[in-house]
Amino acid sequence: MTAMTAPMGKFGQSVKRVEDSRLITGNGRYVDDLVLPGQTYAAFVRSAYAHARIGAIDISAAEAMPGVVKILTGQDLVDGGLFALPSGWNLNSVDGTPARVGVHHALAVDTVRFVGEPVALVIAETRGQARDAADSVFVEYEELPAVVDMAAALGPDAPQLHPDIPSNRAFTWDIGNAAEADAAFARATRRVSLELRNNRLVPNAMEPRAINAEWRAYDGSMTIYLTHQNPIGMRLFFMMLLGLESENHLRVVSPDVGGGFGSKAPCYAEELVVAFAARAVGRPVKWTAERTESFLTDAHGRDHVTTAELAMDDEGRFLGLKVHTLANLGGYISTSNALVVSYMYATMLCGQYAIPAVHAVVEGVYTNTCPVDAYRGAGRPEAAYVIERLAHLAAREIGVDQAEIRRRNFVKAFPHQTPLVYCYDSGDYEGCLDAALRLADYAGFEQRRAEAKARGKLRGIGLSAYVEACGIGPSKLLASLGGGGGMWESCEIRVQPGGSVEVLTGAHNHGQGHQTVYAQIISERFGIPMDRITVVQGDTDRIQAGTGTYGSRASVGLSAAVKSCEKIIEKGRHIVGYMLGIDPGEVDFAEGIYTSAATNQTVAFTEMAGAAHAASSFPTDKLEPGLVATTFFDPPNFTYPAGVHVCEVEIDPETGVTEVVAFNAADDFGNVANPLIVEGQVHGGLTQGIAQALWENAVYDPDTAQLMTASYMDYGMPRADSLPEFGLAFWPSPTPVNPLGMKGCGEAGAIGSPPAVINAVCDALGIAHVDMPAAPEKIWRLCQERQEAL
Amino acid sequence: MTGITLTVNGREHVVEVEDRTLLVHLLRDELRLTGAHVGCDTSQCGACTVHVDGKAVKSCTMLAVQADGAEILTIEGLANGRELHPMQAAFREHHGLQCGFCTPGMIMMAIDIARRHPNPDAATVRAELEGNLCRCTGYHNIVKAVVAGAERMGEPA
Repeated sequence: MTAMTAPMGKFGQSVKRVEDSRLITGNGRYVDDLVLPGQTYAAFVRSAYAHARIGAIDISAAEAMPGVVKILTGQDLVDGGLFALPSGWNLNSVDGTPARVGVHHALAVDTVRFVGEPVALVIAETRGQARDAADSVFVEYEELPAVVDMAAALGPDAPQLHPDIPSNRAFTWDIGNAAEADAAFARATRRVSLELRNNRLVPNAMEPRAINAEWRAYDGSMTIYLTHQNPIGMRLFFMMLLGLESENHLRVVSPDVGGGFGSKAPCYAEELVVAFAARAVGRPVKWTAERTESFLTDAHGRDHVTTAELAMDDEGRFLGLKVHTLANLGGYISTSNALVVSYMYATMLCGQYAIPAVHAVVEGVYTNTCPVDAYRGAGRPEAAYVIERLAHLAAREIGVDQAEIRRRNFVKAFPHQTPLVYCYDSGDYEGCLDAALRLADYAGFEQRRAEAKARGKLRGIGLSAYVEACGIGPSKLLASLGGGGGMWESCEIRVQPGGSVEVLTGAHNHGQGHQTVYAQIISERFGIPMDRITVVQGDTDRIQAGTGTYGSRASVGLSAAVKSCEKIIEKGRHIVGYMLGIDPGEVDFAEGIYTSAATNQTVAFTEMAGAAHAASSFPTDKLEPGLVATTFFDPPNFTYPAGVHVCEVEIDPETGVTEVVAFNAADDFGNVANPLIVEGQVHGGLTQGIAQALWENAVYDPDTAQLMTASYMDYGMPRADSLPEFGLAFWPSPTPVNPLGMKGCGEAGAIGSPPAVINAVCDALGIAHVDMPAAPEKIWRLCQERQEAL
Repeated sequence: MTGITLTVNGREHVVEVEDRTLLVHLLRDELRLTGAHVGCDTSQCGACTVHVDGKAVKSCTMLAVQADGAEILTIEGLANGRELHPMQAAFREHHGLQCGFCTPGMIMMAIDIARRHPNPDAATVRAELEGNLCRCTGYHNIVKAVVAGAERMGEPA
C-alpha cells in the first residue's frame, strides 16, 4: 500500500516540499499560462512624462488597426462608474486631520503624475495587435515641472501634484512622547546623530503582474485570475470599485504566484482597468506586465530620508531617541502605504533596546515617482536601519565594542511594553547575540582584518540586532490604529470518508511552501501520511474567508489549522465512544489511533472518518454526521522575531568593490516548523537586504523624473556570483501568542542585513556613515579621501 | 507568416508563425508548453531557457523562424513520467526553488552547465548562473542543487 510508505509529517523536521513536483516539471500554473475561450489581450498606453496635463487623446488610427476590439481612456472609466483607487489605511496627522489622499484614477483622467502611469488601454485579438495599436494611440501632453526630491517637493517653489494638497504633504504623523524625549535629551551627556537615506527599491518578483478577467453578462458576475498575495481581500476591493452587486458576483483565483515580496499585495490600477475592460467588451481580457512595466509601476519599496538622534549617558546607556522621516509616497498613496510608513515603521524604532523616551515624526510626501508600498519587511527594515546605524555610532562615540553597546541596552525581560504601542512577546536578545558572535568567530576578527590588510584589502565587521513585528495581526488593535480590522485567518479542514483530508486556508502561498507545512503539521496531528492531505488556497469560490499572506502571517493560518485539527480529533472521540460503547472521555488519541483504557479495541483515524460519514454507529440526533471543522484565529498580539546578523566585508580600495566575505545570522523565529524552508526564507531575505545595501537603487532623473534604472541591465539585481555562503543558527524563544509558538521568518533576512552590511563597510573604512547602496564608485571615492587623509 | 518544422520534446510540429514571433511565444502560446516563462524583456533573467540542439538558449532571444529544423527540449520533456531527471531531483532535494517561476530556466541552464563542467565546484556554478535571476532563494540552495545534480548526472546510469 503506497499510503503506508508515504512520509509522515512532523513539526520541526526538514520535510521536502510537496509543491515542488509540479514546479520542477514545468507544470506550475501561473496566470499568464491560462487562455480562456474567446480570449483577448490588453496593452496599456503609458505616460512618457512624469508630470503633465493630458490634452486630446486620438484613438482613431489605433481603432482602425487589425484585431483591435476596444480602446478605453480614463474618461471612459469615469463615465462607466469605476471608482478611484482608495488608500487602505486611515492615518491622521498630528493636528487630527485625516491624511490628504490624492485622487487616483485607474487610468489618468486629466493629469499624469509619474512616468509609466497608464492613460489608455487597448484590447485586441492578440498580444502583438494590442501592443501595435497601443503604440498608435496619440496623447497630447502639456508637460509640467516634475519633482523627485522630497525636500524640494515640500518647498515653496515645488510643482504641486494634487490640486487640493498644498506642499505635496499628505500627512505629518507622530508617535511617542515629544516632551519626554526632550527631557531625556536634556539629561543626556552623550549623543549621536545621523542623516540617512533608505534607498528606493524595485521589488522584482520574477513573475510579472498578470490578470485574466472574464465577465458573465447573464448574471452580472466576473471571474478574475490574478497573480496576488491576497485574493480574498482583492475580491472586496474589486467588487466595491467595479460596483458589482455582491461578493458572490466575483470570483478571484490566484493560482501559482511567482513571488510577491509585498509587491503583489496592493490593489493596482492596471488590474482594475483590465477587469473593467472585460465587462466592457464581454470577452475575457488578459494582461501580463512586461518587465519594463514592472519596473515603472510595481509599487516600489522604502525611500525614506531620515534624521535621527540618540541620547545616552556616559556609559552608553540609551536614554532617548528622536527621529524625523520624510517618506516618499510617489504620485499617489498606494493601498497599504499609509500603514507601512507609520505603524509598520516607527513602532519598531527602539529595536532590541529598552529606550524609555522616544518621539518620531513621519511626513508623507507626494513626488512624481511610482507609488511606494510594502516591500519585504515593509517599514521594519527602515526602522532597523535607523536604530542599528545609531547603535554603531554609539559604540564609536562611547569607545566600546559594537557588541558591548548592544548588550548594555538590550531589553531583558518579556513581555516588554515599548513606548511605541507594541509589546514584545518573548526573546533572549543576549543569548542570540552570543550565538551569532560564536557563529561568526567574532573573537578572531582582528586577525582576519590584519590578514586582509596584508593583501591590500580593507576588512570590516558589522553587527545588526533587529526585532520586527510579524503574524499580523490582532484585529482590534489594528482597527484602533486606523485599519479595517479583520486580520484573523481561517482554516477549514474536511475529512473525506476514506480518511484523506482537504485543508482550505485563506493564507496564500507564493513560494513559502504552505502546501508542505500545512500538510506536515496536520499529518502529525492526525497521524496520517502527508500525501493524504491536500491544501486548497487562492480561490474565493472554495475558500470562504481569509486575509492572504504577507508579514509572515502563516503562523496565524497554521494556528487556525491546529485548532481545526483539535476540533476534528475531539469529534472523533465522540464517534469512537459510540463505536466502542464507552464514554468519549475515556477515549485517547495518539499517532492516528483512538484507544481506551476501558477496552483493548482500537479505531484508526481513517476508520473513524468512515464512520463519521456512514453515520450508522451513532445517533444522528445527538451527533451530526460528517467531519468538517472551521476555525477563525485572531492572534492576541503580533509576534516579534528578532536576531543578530554579523557581516564581514572586504573592500578593494583600488576599485571600490565591496565583497561580502562572510555573513552569519542567529535568529529567533520562535518554534521552527520546517528548518529547510525557514533557512530558504532567510537566504532570500538576506540576499535582498545585502543587495539593498550594496547594489539596488531605483534612480529617477532629478529634473525629468524619468526612471533611469528600468531594466535588469540598469538595476543592480543580486546574482549567483555576487553572494557568499550564509551561516545560520536558530535561537528560539517560542511566542506565547499562538498555539504553535511560531513567530515568522519571511522578512527577517531583509530587515537585519542592510545595517549589518553598512556597519561593516563603515568599520572597514573607519567612517561614520555612507548611504546605501555602497556601490563601487561611491566607495572608491571614500577610499581616495581616506588615502589623502592618511 | 512563415511555415516552420521543429521537434519539441521528441515530437515534430509543423506550424505557421509570424516572422516576429519569439521562440518562447511559439512554445507558450502555440504549442501550449508553458513551463518556459517570460520574466523580462531584455534577455537578462533566463526564466525562458530551453535547449536548442542540445545547448541552453534563452528562448526570448531567438525568433521562432530561426528554430526551423531545430531539436528543442523544454522543461516538460525532461522527466519520464514520475521519474525525474537528476537535476530536477536535485532541485527538490536541496530546496532549490521557492515560487518556482525561475526554476524551469534554472534547471535547463544547470543541465547545460553540468555538461560543460562535469562535477563543477560552487564557484563555477555561481559564475555560470550569472544569466539566470532568482528573487526568492538567494541562490544558496540553487548552487547546492546544481553541484549535486551535476554530480549525479556524471554517475553511470
